[in-house]
Amino acid sequence: MTWKKLLIPLASVPLILLLAYGFRTDPKAIPSPLVQKPAPEFRLKAFDGGEVSLAELKGKPVVLNFWASWCYPACYEEAPLLEATWKRFKEQGLMMVGVDIQDKEANAREFLQRFGFTFPNVPDPGSKVSIDYGVYGVPETFFIDRQGQIVYKHVGALTPALVEAQVQALLKGK
Amino acid sequence: MIRRRDRWASVRRATWWLTLGVVFIPWWGAAHADAATNFDLEDRVREIASELRCVVCQNLSVADSPSDLAKEMRNLVRELVQQGKSREEIQAYFVSRYGEYVLLSPPKRGFNLLVWGLPFLAIAVGGGVVYLVVRRWTEQAPASRPAVDPTYAERVQRELKDREQV
Repeated sequence: MTWKKLLIPLASVPLILLLAYGFRTDPKAIPSPLVQKPAPEFRLKAFDGGEVSLAELKGKPVVLNFWASWCYPACYEEAPLLEATWKRFKEQGLMMVGVDIQDKEANAREFLQRFGFTFPNVPDPGSKVSIDYGVYGVPETFFIDRQGQIVYKHVGALTPALVEAQVQALLKGK
Repeated sequence: MIRRRDRWASVRRATWWLTLGVVFIPWWGAAHADAATNFDLEDRVREIASELRCVVCQNLSVADSPSDLAKEMRNLVRELVQQGKSREEIQAYFVSRYGEYVLLSPPKRGFNLLVWGLPFLAIAVGGGVVYLVVRRWTEQAPASRPAVDPTYAERVQRELKDREQV
């Protein structure tokens, strides 16, 4: 009975394929369903008193960064890079908005002062905007094109190379 | 006269109680009904939140997690329920933001069916294997008795007969 001898190896083929698929995917990588989708609109009061509305920024590429003063060290690592990127590209039409989530106002203001942020930053009462953007940790950064589409989402501290590549692509895009 | 006054007093008393009842019972009922709807709302929020994953925890639902984000998510669920959104609409909203990952039990379709079906398939296949193996054992039991050398059998028979004759 040769078919009986083949039965066990044959039966294990689907199992091996399933395991091969399972072990080759990164269980920690959770793809955001928002990439290639329109960025959810929000209108929030900024720390400096003004109001920030995403709809009003349409036509400009936007770097939308979620941070918190309690997010140490990742938010502290990327903060100088954010400010430097803003200073370098704002003349070319780049917009940058920081959203502070689940924070105490005094701590947040201290953070803003410490890094001398000059781009608009908004607190997110009730975490509504954070949930609308599917944020599950800080820092997270969304790169939004001129059409208001989310092109890329980065989880964790930004690196200069990544920001450079994404921002250049945004500025070149329509 | 005294009797008549008595009657008037009792009528007044009855009127007073009636008025109190007319005012108090609806008030008590309304307060109670309000509590009931609040209870229903919290039940509904808990039901929906218990099926959502707390995204900053390890295997905890939004209903059970003490984290700030889960608390905000519960508040959002409550708000959406109050707006009259159905359970499916609320789940769809969270899925559109966080992906299917946010659902604690994967929806029963597509690739996910493997997760729901494989355990039962494995039990069925295992049961089949056990059945076949047991059947083979029970069938082989008589056949597996060692064959007896006819010369020994004959000798045993002969010696038994000899013993009986003694």
